[in-house]
Amino acid sequence: MVSFEGLIAHNKRLSILLFFLLLLLLGGLGASVSYWWGGEWYTGVIVATAVAVIYFLFSWFAGASMILSMSGAREIRHEDAPQLWNVVEELSIAGGLPMPKVYLIEDSAMNAFATGRDPEHASVAITRGLMEKLNREELQAVMAHEMSHVRNFDIRFAMLMAVMVGSIVMICDMVFRSVFFGRRRSSRSSDGGKGQAVMAVVALVLAILAPLLATIIQLAVSRQREYLADASAVELTRNPAGLVSALRKLSGDPNELQRASRGTQHLYIVNPLRKMKQGRNSLFSTHPSLESRIERIEGLSLARA
Amino acid sequence: MGNGVYIVAAIAAGVLVYAVYIYNTLVRRKASVENGWSQIDVQLKRRYDLIPNLVETVKGYAAHEREVFERIASLRSAALSATSPEQAAPLQNQLTGALRSLFAVSENYPELKAKQNFLALQEELASTENKIAFARQYYNDAVKAFNIAIDVFPNNLISRRLGYEPRAMWAADDASELQSVQVTWR
Repeated sequence: MVSFEGLIAHNKRLSILLFFLLLLLLGGLGASVSYWWGGEWYTGVIVATAVAVIYFLFSWFAGASMILSMSGAREIRHEDAPQLWNVVEELSIAGGLPMPKVYLIEDSAMNAFATGRDPEHASVAITRGLMEKLNREELQAVMAHEMSHVRNFDIRFAMLMAVMVGSIVMICDMVFRSVFFGRRRSSRSSDGGKGQAVMAVVALVLAILAPLLATIIQLAVSRQREYLADASAVELTRNPAGLVSALRKLSGDPNELQRASRGTQHLYIVNPLRKMKQGRNSLFSTHPSLESRIERIEGLSLARA
Repeated sequence: MGNGVYIVAAIAAGVLVYAVYIYNTLVRRKASVENGWSQIDVQLKRRYDLIPNLVETVKGYAAHEREVFERIASLRSAALSATSPEQAAPLQNQLTGALRSLFAVSENYPELKAKQNFLALQEELASTENKIAFARQYYNDAVKAFNIAIDVFPNNLISRRLGYEPRAMWAADDASELQSVQVTWR
């Protein structure tokens, strides 16, 4: 038995560790790439860090609104969808959180997501299809899952991860371009040492592997956080049955969300891109399978306080 | 000699930092208890405002269910005049029960159930009931954390100086609401 505070703290530690792992990967990548180009290693580190910082600042201030407009979400007030608004308000009271902005996506597919940088700047969004097919208890469970992403700071972490992975991909892209367009200046070619050939190979291998590795790390964390969000959703509502039946309804949905992309798929409550859905948990899925999520929720025990 | 002074100063500084940390924790816990309490208060007021509207709407269709209306009216005014949480809690719980029986009664009137106005009121009241329950849940968790925080050593040395007293939880009548969730992590 573990307390939720303990789990959230564990989550934070893991996040910091993974963040530094990715930072190391980014720095190493920058260093070896600039070596490959014939520059000094620290130039690459500085460039890589600058790319990440600019990317970060952009996401921090504009990321959430960009994601929301990309997914075609429209902000609502209480009178537009009273039940949805009430349910979100109930959960913000249960979690002691400020009321987030509430968005509706006009799409018949069933899905929901949360975004923002912290609970004070958070948004939750749901598709009309999901809102209309769920009963009150199930809607509460789904929104509790999203509010848990807010409460556990998953929204900020997802943003940071996207920044790191995005920067790594961007730099690798630069490497491949330079390889194909032959931008490699070999200031050190007069030495012609074996060492440089080795470094070149290392840089190339790193450029191929880094995006893959970064993505695997991002997705592994994303899956863990889905489990945690399910568990803390049940802590908020004290109603595991609601979440289980909502997930069952979600798993029966045949529609694919119109305006979701690989860039935003990790944000949703279930993977919006059905075509990419794979059997059980695989290394490349953003979400654990619904069956294993239901299994874990049913494993939560309700005990007297 | 010189070293001894530094050691004493370092220990004093450490103790001071720790005391500030405890003080801040206690203040934060107290604030979250008070925040939880005011949230309950807000929702209870909202319920008092909704009740007359709801009763009027139902009366139009089910005038002879007088018993339920009277019970709700008397509980509402009794709860409104309660001054302490200990006094208010049982009345509020009874009020919740009475409202539930009002909704149960309205099940027998299909015309009433088809009315948009009634459905909207029903949603608002159901949501307010949920908000009260969630606010109580949050308050009780906050009180529990506060009571532990002021009681453990060495926090109690500071909390006693501040005059912090343990707070009472808001007891629920319904046993199911006492459940909390525990997790096994794999």
